[in-house]
Amino acid sequence: MSSIAERMAAAGTGNAIELRGVSRMFGALRALTDITLSVRPGERRAVLGSNGAGKTTLLNCVTGDFPPTSGTVRFFGEDVTLLPPHERIRRGLRRTYQISLLFPRLTVRDNVYLACRGVSRSRFSLIRARASDPIMQSVADLISLVHLEDVTDRLVGELAHGQQRQLEIALALAGAPRFILFDEPAAGLSPNERRDLVAILTALPAHIGYIIIEHDMDVALRVVESVTMMHNGRIFKEGSPQEIEADPEVQQLYLGGGHG
Amino acid sequence: MALAETTRETPLGVGEAQRGGEFGRWVSRHALILLLGVFMMIFPAIANDFFLRQIAGWTMILGMIALSLMFLGGYGGMVSLAQMTVAGVAGYMIAVLGVSSLPKVSFFWPWWVAAPLAIVIAVAFGTLAGALSARTEGIYTIMITLALATSFFYLALQNWPIFNGFNGFTTIPAPHFFGVKWGDPVPLYYMILFFAALSYVVVLYVSRSPFGLALQGVRDNPRRMEAIGYNVTAHRIAAYAFAAVIAAIGGILLVWQNNQISPFSVDVAVVINLLVIAVVGGLGHPIGPFIGAFIYVMLRTFALDALVAVGLDGRRFQTLIGLGFLVIVLFSPDGVVGLWRRWVTRVGATNGRSGR
Repeated sequence: MSSIAERMAAAGTGNAIELRGVSRMFGALRALTDITLSVRPGERRAVLGSNGAGKTTLLNCVTGDFPPTSGTVRFFGEDVTLLPPHERIRRGLRRTYQISLLFPRLTVRDNVYLACRGVSRSRFSLIRARASDPIMQSVADLISLVHLEDVTDRLVGELAHGQQRQLEIALALAGAPRFILFDEPAAGLSPNERRDLVAILTALPAHIGYIIIEHDMDVALRVVESVTMMHNGRIFKEGSPQEIEADPEVQQLYLGGGHG
Repeated sequence: MALAETTRETPLGVGEAQRGGEFGRWVSRHALILLLGVFMMIFPAIANDFFLRQIAGWTMILGMIALSLMFLGGYGGMVSLAQMTVAGVAGYMIAVLGVSSLPKVSFFWPWWVAAPLAIVIAVAFGTLAGALSARTEGIYTIMITLALATSFFYLALQNWPIFNGFNGFTTIPAPHFFGVKWGDPVPLYYMILFFAALSYVVVLYVSRSPFGLALQGVRDNPRRMEAIGYNVTAHRIAAYAFAAVIAAIGGILLVWQNNQISPFSVDVAVVINLLVIAVVGGLGHPIGPFIGAFIYVMLRTFALDALVAVGLDGRRFQTLIGLGFLVIVLFSPDGVVGLWRRWVTRVGATNGRSGR
């Protein structure tokens, strides 16, 4: 992994993600309370916390899947609080989902193709892509990056769970991402697949930062340089992986809580 | 065309070809549909006017309008009951803007002004229907589009200045150009065949284009489509516009074939029949609506005689259609196309085993 300074230089100045006073209500339930969070370009951060701490809701506020009830979201300096998800994606934001959200009645190739096309032009084109179209090369590259070459033409609904998780990652890497939100990418993966996942994450180009939600500490703490701890919809600690691991309060609330 | 080759886009194909060049493989994969095409080309040589108009012509026109529904329902997951109404708007506009027996109502513009304008107006209507229903899903889409269809029926029924109310329009002629009277049975047949085949091929092609694939993505998972950069609502509305073009052409052909249009061309029974046609044929492939239309037209034409022949009341033909619908949907929720696909898969599997 390259140094933070190197990656910051590659990605320019300012924060990649900046949340100010973000809250999210679901009816009377307060899922997020007054979250203020900055992530630098190229920074790789884990968001940890027990179930129901508000981690996924935080990602949904950033992507616009469920916009915040109050507060502002900035992406590379631009206020995107009111933008629909697809507009944020076109600005270089990507995400994966905790429960695979794929296109089960299309093939692996078509799934990746849609992701590549979604952030390019001619989304509405009525003309089929030719094999020589550069986009087809990107599709093939992404498929081989996540080791799905053997099932390229299979329907996604027929894939094994682990393969669907890999495809989730491929969809998030399509186009030219600047920042990616990974929501429990290792959930349900075999040890081998986890190793592949760590390899993919650490091999990402230096300018691509990410936030990763992960219950598997072995994965999470190996691929990040900073950690944000959440509890009951609030941030209660930020620090380096070593600081967080050593913190007695964290150990009591989270690591000792049987979720590790 | 790497993308195209990944598809199972040929339920009528005879399985993979073994040898031969690219062209040979293509012919073999599309053998059935090519045979059907050749048969349709020479059909006028063996059929009388009744079969040309009442069976083949009607089948292809209903098939086109149902194809418009299939495009939205099968690829987009949006069951729109407004497609018959889109066809009806186009048909009415041909009567209003063009020539009819009512000089006080119709504008008597030539067909080459009236027909394009009718398509534009019908597509505008279809796009509006899409804009109204694109943010809804499932049963709510059906409800909104059914409401639109019903509203248009009552508008046409009760409005006399434009739609001539209950009576509608009669003696609307098919055009006359290139020295051909396109209202005569054989020219009309070929004109309908041309547009039906064209819309079938275009839908098949577009289904594998970025637009068509994205529509299937919207069907499978609209939320994920947003998360990979697509404006789902815009895509749905664009699909309604595209589908409306096909329905509008179908509506104009319907009027040129029947030479009349009235509110009862677009009433709720017709709207539901169109849904039945699309579902019975199968929403999984663009040939489905044409198969459904053929079954419907055959039942509609011959069920009465068949019932009388076995000593039953001929007026029960609707019951027969209903029963046929029930049987097909019970045994194959994806219609005749689904039945065919399962049969091909089973035969293919058996051949594969015995071949080894």
